Amino acid sequence: MLIALQVESFAYSTDPKQFIAEITSEAKEILNSSNSKKIKGEQLSEMALKTVDIKGLAYYTLGGKRKEISSEELKKYEKLFEGYFLKSFTSRLTDYSDPKIDVLSAEIINEKYTIVKTLLLATDKKPEVRINWRVYTKNPDKPLIRDLTIEGLSLARTQKEEFASILSANNDNINALFEKLEEFVNQ
Amino acid sequence: MMLGRIKVLFSAIALIVLMYSSHTLADDKYTANECFENFSRGTLKFNQGLDKAIFKPIAKGYRALPVPIRTGTSNVVGNLRSLLTLSNNLLQGDLRGAGNTAGRFLVNSTVGILGIFDPATHMGLAKKGKEDFGQTLGVWGADTGCYFVLPILGPTTTRDAVGLVGNVFIDPVYQLTHNTETDIIIGNDNLQEHNYYYYKGTDAVDFRSKNIESIDSLERNSIDFYASVKSLYLQNRAQKISNSMKSGKTQEDSDWEEIDNQ
Repeated sequence: MLIALQVESFAYSTDPKQFIAEITSEAKEILNSSNSKKIKGEQLSEMALKTVDIKGLAYYTLGGKRKEISSEELKKYEKLFEGYFLKSFTSRLTDYSDPKIDVLSAEIINEKYTIVKTLLLATDKKPEVRINWRVYTKNPDKPLIRDLTIEGLSLARTQKEEFASILSANNDNINALFEKLEEFVNQ
Repeated sequence: MMLGRIKVLFSAIALIVLMYSSHTLADDKYTANECFENFSRGTLKFNQGLDKAIFKPIAKGYRALPVPIRTGTSNVVGNLRSLLTLSNNLLQGDLRGAGNTAGRFLVNSTVGILGIFDPATHMGLAKKGKEDFGQTLGVWGADTGCYFVLPILGPTTTRDAVGLVGNVFIDPVYQLTHNTETDIIIGNDNLQEHNYYYYKGTDAVDFRSKNIESIDSLERNSIDFYASVKSLYLQNRAQKISNSMKSGKTQEDSDWEEIDNQ
């Protein structure tokens, strides 16, 4: 019974708008806590593992190259990408000490995607920022985030083009991308 | 004389646009081939060095000013900048946009005391996106051309570089400050050339001060900063040309289809 209650307490809403509201609220709670940056990073990573389609994002960002590499290389890439993503994700979020986000509306694009529109409110240092969350709803019981567009600029697309640039500069050698990812994770 | 100069300019621009429009360099509206990547990568590094040494410290100093002063400065600069938007609204045939921009300029320049305040927004004239001549060329159907990085000015494409030159000729602020004939007509010696550069410099500092953390974060979290800047620049330009904030569609669903179906 206790286990069931604990599991329940970690479950996010299946409604995309509510799902994003819960995530932003949880992130705000983590960022506003008095915990160290390291603990905050761990908590944010844990949240990301449950709410972001990291594997889907990994495949998307690798583009057509994922069909050319071996299954071992793909596994290695998935693992490296997860480490890279979590480090980058937490680093970006911990820049915000007290984010105030309004969840504005949700637009169902099709049965697989809903765009949830939010607004990061202005502070005395930064202007307001429109952030749209691309929520993957193929499994309606477990929505997952696939992309964030900040003022219309897609982070997933930027990531994809960054990886493509590294591959292109290194004769399409996947090991060059592995090295860059390892370097980033270990720095 | 002025009309003649504008005619010559537009003929030249039209010729250039036609020349490179016939050589489509990239099919995808969000991508562009490189003109000279090694040079551009070097220029970006040079710009980053310049930014760290000069622009970022100035932006930080600017940010230390009280909020009302920064907001007022930003509003004044934005109000002057809207005149360039107005020219481009008209060139794009966007009469509704032109009406909105002109209305905002008139209200903010008078009731808003030379643009320090923004009463137009409260009167229902919403702030719309900025327009420039590069966007106008895009609306007219010119291809992006290739991508490169200019010293100090930053990322651009062939189309946007042509647009930068075009901006000078259709920006009323530039014309008022650089055209001596106009100075004589309105009898105002204060409208001298250097005021145009003060205005542009303030605009740049205001922009940089609003993006200190976001640029730091991008530098820190990129494994290829050059590629990230290029991607963001091209996405931003494509979005501005289509005047769309429909972020769900800036990235086509087909991009993900293959992954969904596996």
